[in-house]
Amino acid sequence: MPTDETIYALSSGALPAGVAVIRVSGPKAADVCRLFFGRFPSPRVAAYGAIGPDRGDPIDRGLVVWFPGPASFTGEDSVEFHLHGGRAVVAAFLAACAEIPGLRPAEAGEFTRRAFDNNRLDLTAVEGLADLISAETEAQRRLALRQSDGAIYEILDGWRTRLIRCRALIEADLDFADEEDVPGSVADQVWSMCGDLAEEMQQHLSSADRGERLRSGFEVILLGAPNAGKSSLLNALARRPAAIVTPEAGTTRDLIEVRLDLKGYPVTIIDTAGLRDAAGMIEAEGIARARNRAAQADLILWLEAPDIERRAIEIDGATVWRIATKVDLAKPTGEVDHRISTTTGEGLSALEDAIGSHVANHIGDIEDIVITRARHQDGLAKCVRHLRAAITNQAAGLELRAEDLRSAADALGRLTGKIDVEDLLDVIFRDFCIGK
Amino acid sequence: MLKYDVIIVGGGHAGTEAAAASARMGAVTALITHRRDTIGAMSCNPAIGGLGKGHLVREIDGLDGLMGRVADEGGIQFRMLNQRKGPAVRGPRAQADRKLYAAAMQRAIAQTANLTVIEGEVDDLTLESGVVSGLVLVDGRAFSCGAVVLTTGTFLRGLIHIGEKRTPAGRMGEGPALGLSGTLERAGFALGRLKTGTPPRLDGTTIDWASIEMQPGDDEPVPFSALTKVLPNRQISCGITRTTEATHQVIRDNLHRSAMYGGFIDSRGPRYCPSIEDKIVRFGDRDGHQIFLEPEGLDDSTVYPNGISTSLPEDAQLDLLKTIPGLERVRMVRPGYAIEYDHIDPRELTPSLETKRLPGLFLAGQINGTTGYEEAAGQGLVAGLNAALKVAGSEPVSISRSQGYLGVMIDDLITRGITEPYRMFTSRAEYRLTLRCDNADQRLTPLGLSLGLVGSERAAIFGDKMQRLDVARAQVGALTLSPTEAIRHGLQVNRDGIRRSAFDLLAYPEVTIGRLADIWPELSQISPDISEQIEIDAKYAVYLDRQSVDIAAVRRDDGLKIPSDFDYATLSGLSNEMRHKLEMIRPATIGQASRIEGVTPAALTLVLGTIRREQRRAG
Repeated sequence: MPTDETIYALSSGALPAGVAVIRVSGPKAADVCRLFFGRFPSPRVAAYGAIGPDRGDPIDRGLVVWFPGPASFTGEDSVEFHLHGGRAVVAAFLAACAEIPGLRPAEAGEFTRRAFDNNRLDLTAVEGLADLISAETEAQRRLALRQSDGAIYEILDGWRTRLIRCRALIEADLDFADEEDVPGSVADQVWSMCGDLAEEMQQHLSSADRGERLRSGFEVILLGAPNAGKSSLLNALARRPAAIVTPEAGTTRDLIEVRLDLKGYPVTIIDTAGLRDAAGMIEAEGIARARNRAAQADLILWLEAPDIERRAIEIDGATVWRIATKVDLAKPTGEVDHRISTTTGEGLSALEDAIGSHVANHIGDIEDIVITRARHQDGLAKCVRHLRAAITNQAAGLELRAEDLRSAADALGRLTGKIDVEDLLDVIFRDFCIGK
Repeated sequence: MLKYDVIIVGGGHAGTEAAAASARMGAVTALITHRRDTIGAMSCNPAIGGLGKGHLVREIDGLDGLMGRVADEGGIQFRMLNQRKGPAVRGPRAQADRKLYAAAMQRAIAQTANLTVIEGEVDDLTLESGVVSGLVLVDGRAFSCGAVVLTTGTFLRGLIHIGEKRTPAGRMGEGPALGLSGTLERAGFALGRLKTGTPPRLDGTTIDWASIEMQPGDDEPVPFSALTKVLPNRQISCGITRTTEATHQVIRDNLHRSAMYGGFIDSRGPRYCPSIEDKIVRFGDRDGHQIFLEPEGLDDSTVYPNGISTSLPEDAQLDLLKTIPGLERVRMVRPGYAIEYDHIDPRELTPSLETKRLPGLFLAGQINGTTGYEEAAGQGLVAGLNAALKVAGSEPVSISRSQGYLGVMIDDLITRGITEPYRMFTSRAEYRLTLRCDNADQRLTPLGLSLGLVGSERAAIFGDKMQRLDVARAQVGALTLSPTEAIRHGLQVNRDGIRRSAFDLLAYPEVTIGRLADIWPELSQISPDISEQIEIDAKYAVYLDRQSVDIAAVRRDDGLKIPSDFDYATLSGLSNEMRHKLEMIRPATIGQASRIEGVTPAALTLVLGTIRREQRRAG
């Protein structure tokens, strides 16, 4: 049976892995193939090349297999992308998919269902579904745990409550028009409430960073007085001479970034100019940049050496760890989070592990987040579209505008739990005295 | 022992519709009721239809049921509710003359071929290896049959409350049905209790009508039934008055004596049908509550005060009535009361309203946890139809949510169960724009015709309408205008070079077939009923197209049957909660399963795939 939605999902196992397979199926699969690969490979033959919507800056290089329907797993046009199985690469790819209109993340089991509907179901695939359902349950459980105290959950739930109220008021006007207690004039109030909702959702959508964050990775910035050992630490972490390390104070005038892979997560370590008051013009610019960048960083390592005068920590916001350097020279004074020596290697692997764990805790499971985020974006964008249709369609009858509101609620309901007629009736019977 | 194909127990709105449907299907049918002269009685308010409910009546009519024509024969005030809103949310409603309605229903039953009415009280069902094979009356008479439809209404262990006074009864002045509850419990059904209520009845000659605002019916009353050519009765007006602060004080002073608030009743009543006590307790801040004074008949002075259902003691009822403007000197003919009755969990039922526990036993109406005449009648029709099909050895028939309010109601009941008496609202229908009163016949009459449920008179009327509609549709689809031509005729369209058909142009606000007939005179030949239909279709076309994709998906899933003995226990991967729900509800189709809370698409595909594999193994 034909369907107008194109779906995509990571269809190989958990990340990180050697290879990640992302499957796209539906009428837009051909467009995705052209957009992400620049050409059509021969059907069912793997082709190698750069992959990504930006031909100049591809997400990865990998294999693409094009399966024109009906000779595909789902029976529809499908394309598979075989990428390197790092979390960042997959995250970036899924985020790029989410940007394409008409694409949405697949529900668990949806490829198999389409295969079934198109009489293409490989019966051995049915066994696979059992694992999938368990995994889905587990994923939902984890997601629920994470969201139960999450700010995003509160935002979504607040929107849900408001949208239920809007719908309830309109439905009351339709279903209980003959009831004196239901004012016939609530509609204006409802459309203004809907307008506020759409506006807030749109702002949320615009500010969402669409996976870019995951491409750039988690940022760790090194701060401290000149000669505190920042560049030495960067070099030690990178295990290559990425920054010039000299004993003369004020050598690093610009920002130097090194990208590392810690525990499978992309981490960018940023070395900065030492913070001091007396500095030349070029160096002052470097210090200003360091301060700016630090304000955006995810983690600040504040370095202090025994041979350098101790300063108060000057940066607010991000998590700051106090790192005592050059511990081979002297014991650190005062409280510190880590003690290291790049000369002897003392404390380095502990620090590296700590950063890795911190990133893992902070970002959580990137794969889940990207998938969740893709769903959120998809659902919210649809919700906003339907809300706006309901608001602007002033010439249409109330029952038609109510239909747009129903569609908006369905879209939001996919993120927050279904918005059901009972939710509406609860509001109606709570707020109005109905019934003869 | 007398033998019937199908026996219907109960002569209310569900029972009559069930009996007539079964008989129309050709099954030799008996209707057993306590009293022949109470067939078609309206126990509560004398009105049929309304928002959502009017849709049900039209659908019943589309399947050649009785309620629409009987309401037309008994109707004394017709109003199209939501007339100023869109066609999808309009609902026909009629005030009925209680006696004329019951007489018309009794006539319709008497005229139905294959149908016998038997007076008596059913005591017990007879079973043969777990399947219903007949029933026994309290007086000892026994009947055998292939299927039974129980429509017990409020009679099943019915208990009337007036203040602290309790009387076992099915309706005021009529005994309850006691034996059947035991029968159902022995069969393993868990029975619950629900509550509903009714207001006192007033002597209209003691009402000061001069001081009361009157509400007339529509100037051009629209009948329910496609078969009705002329509405036979004169139209009356209803009065409107309201409670006062003094009324509220009487209620507050006597609240502890009310059956509901005095702690005499535990069962749950419907939120949308609150007693006047509920209204004062929950919405006491309102300065008054509206009351409609509805005459119960043309030659009957009894008045039904719609809006003050109560279970207060009789003296308090009279006190409160006297505080209402226009009722200062009113005589109370009969007190209002609350009534509790038994019902079963409707998740025990299949989409054809047969119990899964006792094959051959069908249930319809309040026993399934619904409220309302129209809800009862709709279920009765589906149950009677399927009872006849079962006896004939045919496959059951169910109506999809995408096909009718009948389908929405039954699917809601059997999939979600109930927590309060279930009533229809248009907001329950997710395909509301498609499921309209005006196209109920187009949605359901073809199904009725294919089953043999629809008689020749309606078949002819429907055939004629469809033929005229097809001709007109072809006509408005074929006549086209370029934008320039349209603008020359004064129609506001975009200059986009796209030719528009008359049908496309009808989607624009203000454009009607009458307006287009200025351009194409041949369109003036289209009759008003057909014009209206086409205009509605055109105005909704964009939305209907959008819904049609969803509807196709629903129909597809509703068409995928799950065997009733499907073994969920052997499916690996299902969570315990999901398995438990699936085993309890035993959905008949993948569509129904998909509407069970918490059942994921992946789980559905697993069920589907397993069924398919077993089918292949079986050969």
